[in-house]
Amino acid sequence: MIELRHIQKTFRVSRRSAGLSQAVKSLFRREYETVNALQDVSFTIRDGEMVGYIGPNGAGKSSTIKIMSGVLTPDGGECTINGRVPWKERTAHVREIGVVFGQRSQLWWDVPVIDSFELIRDIYRVDSQAYHKTLSRLTELLQIGEIVKTPARQLSLGQRMRCEIAASLLHNPKILFLDEPTIGLDAVSKLAVRDFIRAINRENGTTVILTTHDMQDIEALTERILLIGKGRILLDGSLSDLKARNSSHKTLTVAYEGGVLPSWEEITVKENKEGRAVLSVDTRTLSISEAISRISAAVGVKDISVTGESIDELVVSLYQEFAI
Amino acid sequence: MKQYSSFFRIRFLAGLQYRTAAWAGISTQFAWGGMTILLFRAFYESDASSFPMPFSSLSTYLWLQQALLAMFMAWFFDNDIFDSISNGGIAYELCRPCDLYSMWFVKNMAIRLSRTVLRCVPILLVAAFLPAPYSVTLPAGWTAGLLFVVSLLLGFLVLIAFSMLIYLSAFYTISSLGIRLLATSVVEFFAGGIIPLPFLPESIQPFFYALPFASMQNTPFLIYTGYMQGDQALWSMAVQCAWLAGLVLVGRLLMRRALKKVVVQGG
Repeated sequence: MIELRHIQKTFRVSRRSAGLSQAVKSLFRREYETVNALQDVSFTIRDGEMVGYIGPNGAGKSSTIKIMSGVLTPDGGECTINGRVPWKERTAHVREIGVVFGQRSQLWWDVPVIDSFELIRDIYRVDSQAYHKTLSRLTELLQIGEIVKTPARQLSLGQRMRCEIAASLLHNPKILFLDEPTIGLDAVSKLAVRDFIRAINRENGTTVILTTHDMQDIEALTERILLIGKGRILLDGSLSDLKARNSSHKTLTVAYEGGVLPSWEEITVKENKEGRAVLSVDTRTLSISEAISRISAAVGVKDISVTGESIDELVVSLYQEFAI
Repeated sequence: MKQYSSFFRIRFLAGLQYRTAAWAGISTQFAWGGMTILLFRAFYESDASSFPMPFSSLSTYLWLQQALLAMFMAWFFDNDIFDSISNGGIAYELCRPCDLYSMWFVKNMAIRLSRTVLRCVPILLVAAFLPAPYSVTLPAGWTAGLLFVVSLLLGFLVLIAFSMLIYLSAFYTISSLGIRLLATSVVEFFAGGIIPLPFLPESIQPFFYALPFASMQNTPFLIYTGYMQGDQALWSMAVQCAWLAGLVLVGRLLMRRALKKVVVQGG
């Protein structure tokens, strides 16, 4: 059980304008600006849930993860995870969580991955029977049996990320924080990582909190979404709610020759040049078939395709809606 | 303890793989040790009686210093630690159920010891077979040998406890280069790394002995050569213990303060 109430965190950032004179000036008087990374973040996550934590860059996602994993101390608010305050009982708390920071590495650079694993085993004092059981399961699921003998510096990004995830799960944590786990991965590795996260959540009941910019991750993995912007939680709901709420628009892409596209009230023309037009139809006021027949009556249609709003667009429209 | 001992093991083993560096180090230290001994010989030839210890003791001191250089070199820092502070890799280390101060301390011990193990034996072996006043001799006696081992360990820990403070400064300065340069030269000089402390003018020696740096390489080497004996040796070792306790305490307090307001760099 994860509970955050009114968490706040501010950072002091030094600022100066470009140029030599400004640089000299800042030697004597430095200007700081306070950035409110988190203004008021509250949410509750039950055991075994899988939650997607989304928001634009700089919204405060990573700061929240770092507070929940005991790395940062917030300036205000309360946070209890399985009955503990992370930054106060850091050692006891981190024993029960696993963290993957997608942009950093926890594997020792110059030794084989398996050595790092064994060190992590000793650091968490995992007994050797449990370790071997977990390790064989992880190597099988993540398909890293061969590569664990290689030094981390010689792994590809995809291989390394799979090892990073395995490393974070060796002590069987109850909660797994994933901070952009699929960043920079190719399609195959992404799918492998997603399958694995799903399996861990389903079979071990591990609570998973995932931040990502990859909306396919969210779509494939999470039921519940937390949207953060400007340091506040703006939306907390299921993915399907979100879709139902925003997917009334369909996009029509039309290639045509002859004739001129007239303007209709129900159809918005987003783009129209050289015989190719992108139109948006609000299906609440006009059915798709009606729209198509109107268009083909006006111009000679060569090709036409209909797409629903993608999840990326959905998120963009959310960001716009909340002006973040 | 097990977590720290396996942490020590992995860093120690990783350190042992740098064999070419060790050979390069050994030859540099031979050249350096030889040159220093020749330099002092020139001084001794003019008036041997004006120096505080016999020439053979000085040779022993200098060879020990070269052989155990990796234990006491002040300019050596583990860049991983500085990097983890300045680019935010520390986030992972804070997610581990162990004490960061102890972990860094152990890591430093491991790296320095792995380097020492690779280098000290060849240097001492060769230096033992050099002609008489230029060679490394056995300790001044059984007690001296025994006290030397204990004092060597203490001095080593004092040095690491001091370098921990330099690591911690990186929490406050982003680029620690300036402090590192300053600290390195201060430690080298005041610890007797350039000129053994007994060779300094007597009037300023008390000042040197009041600083923690005299508790690093100075004490064990002087005990080995027999310059420090009996009560004086025991007293110096007590001072070593006191400095060790003091520096560790300050380091831990600083660490706690730094972690409270830590900012993880780089997103």
